[in-house]
Amino acid sequence: MPVDIDIEHVARLARLALTPEELERFRRQLGLILEHAEKVREVAAEDVPPTAQPIPRANVSRPDEVRPCLSHDEALSTAPDVEDGRFRVPRIVEQDEP
Amino acid sequence: MSELCDLGAHELARRLRQGEASAADVAESALRRVGELDERLHTFLRVTPDLARLEAARVDERLAAGGELPAVAGIPLALKDVLTTKGVRTTAGSKILEPYVPPYDCTPWSRLEAAGAVLVGKTNCDEFAMGSSNENSAYGPVRNPWNLDTVPGGSSGGSAAAVAAGEAVWALGTDTGGSVRQPASLCGVVGLKPTYGRVSRYGLIAFASSLDHVGTFTRDVRDAATLLSAIAGHDPMDATSLPDPPADFTEGMDAGVRGLRVGVVEDWLSMEGIQPGVAAAVRSTIDRMDALGASVETASLPHADYALSAYYLIAPAECSSNLARFDGVRYGLRVDGEAVDVAEMNARTRGAGFGDEVKRRIMLGTYSLSAGYYDAYYGQAQKVRTLVIRDYQAAFERFDVLVAPTSPTTAFRLGERTEDPLAMYLSDIFTIPSNLSGTPAISIPCGLAPDGLPVGFQVMGRLGDEATVLRAAYALEQDLGFAAQPPLLGDLVHR
Repeated sequence: MPVDIDIEHVARLARLALTPEELERFRRQLGLILEHAEKVREVAAEDVPPTAQPIPRANVSRPDEVRPCLSHDEALSTAPDVEDGRFRVPRIVEQDEP
Repeated sequence: MSELCDLGAHELARRLRQGEASAADVAESALRRVGELDERLHTFLRVTPDLARLEAARVDERLAAGGELPAVAGIPLALKDVLTTKGVRTTAGSKILEPYVPPYDCTPWSRLEAAGAVLVGKTNCDEFAMGSSNENSAYGPVRNPWNLDTVPGGSSGGSAAAVAAGEAVWALGTDTGGSVRQPASLCGVVGLKPTYGRVSRYGLIAFASSLDHVGTFTRDVRDAATLLSAIAGHDPMDATSLPDPPADFTEGMDAGVRGLRVGVVEDWLSMEGIQPGVAAAVRSTIDRMDALGASVETASLPHADYALSAYYLIAPAECSSNLARFDGVRYGLRVDGEAVDVAEMNARTRGAGFGDEVKRRIMLGTYSLSAGYYDAYYGQAQKVRTLVIRDYQAAFERFDVLVAPTSPTTAFRLGERTEDPLAMYLSDIFTIPSNLSGTPAISIPCGLAPDGLPVGFQVMGRLGDEATVLRAAYALEQDLGFAAQPPLLGDLVHR
């Protein structure tokens, strides 16, 4: 049975503004894909440990050395909007009405 | 007679050193081919003729000065547009990165550039490497040079088609679920996915970090080993990069397959849905391995059936996390509209900038990682991954390599599978297990099916053992002598 999904909640979590048509289509398609994907539960027994990546490596570090990196201007060069040497965005915090 | 751009890199390298051709001649040959074909194939998102000519001129200067040259010097190369190139626009096939000009180079390209490689351009691909047909590119699909009504495969379809059509002599792509091997199979070229971590991913626009590999497209196996040698090796900028020292992967390649223990993944060959022409070409290639003295027996990967399901939980989960960075703040597109706050701007930008398949996978990944579902989906998929890895470990106790088809079918028609995501996903059913396990695998062309389209033969090896994979593939290639070219090339009028 296709999986039933609260698609509007998922779109909010994913920060995706979707049209009603997209929401409906994804609700249907994701339900079918997840139905197929549920197959993983048939074999994933309690005693099988999960694997996050094929060649597990932990705490990989390199020497903490000062070396050249992107300049301030280079880092900002790709931004859609910049002001005073910073990324400019719409307001983040609420403001009281005057 | 073929043009310079139709030759293998090793033959071009010889001619450059013998003074039979200049790097400028070679570059012009590839650029001319792009001019002749690209309107029809749409292989490139960006051609870089000025850069190519500059790099070729530098190689010619070095040749004139009589110095030793790296193997890749002067050879026209194409790069999939998910690999960043400083000063050359890089879009990952997405509208959300349409204006993006990277301020830095990815490691594979910085190594190749330093060695004198000649960049022809950035190749078209499925958006953020998500797809199996190239139809998910925001800039329109690539056509398969073997038949313009069919897809080149994906997601690195542009790189595969460029090498098949002579627009580049070799190319880099990326393989997260088969995105190098499957298009190589569909376009009749050699596609190599090395061991996880063999090639640095610094500067690769990430899709699914535990599955992403940089791989090569070449005309033959020797070139694959040569190109891999040039880009492999530890990179401190990628924490998953293997610590191994640089190696020459052409070494020992010609040792033959006598005595090699070859396991045939019989379940895949007899799977429902495999095209009879594909199964026949692969079976006759297996017979050749036997004739060449390999010991051929049936192998089994019992959990491979579950690999596709696990992949379509793990890859979207990682993609939903990786693609969170496209927020309209630091790079790429921004869609402001009447956004009242930054969250609304993020959502509008992402809604307008991402295509259908990318949105579908972000949604799928977000759902499967969300509170209450994590253990049921992502957690279970990671357990299946363990089972797939154990399958390979057991098989590689008995066998040196495993062989199978690369994809169940030859190139399919444009539009044939776009309405059915699950049917599209099946195209990668034989390639995905090696991404989950991180083991090396190669696809080589092994013949043409009755539909006139190439069939790919897959050789899979142990973790870190590219050498045996290349050795088996090279022996087969020498024996098969596959030399067919896309019919399209025969129609070109040459001066």
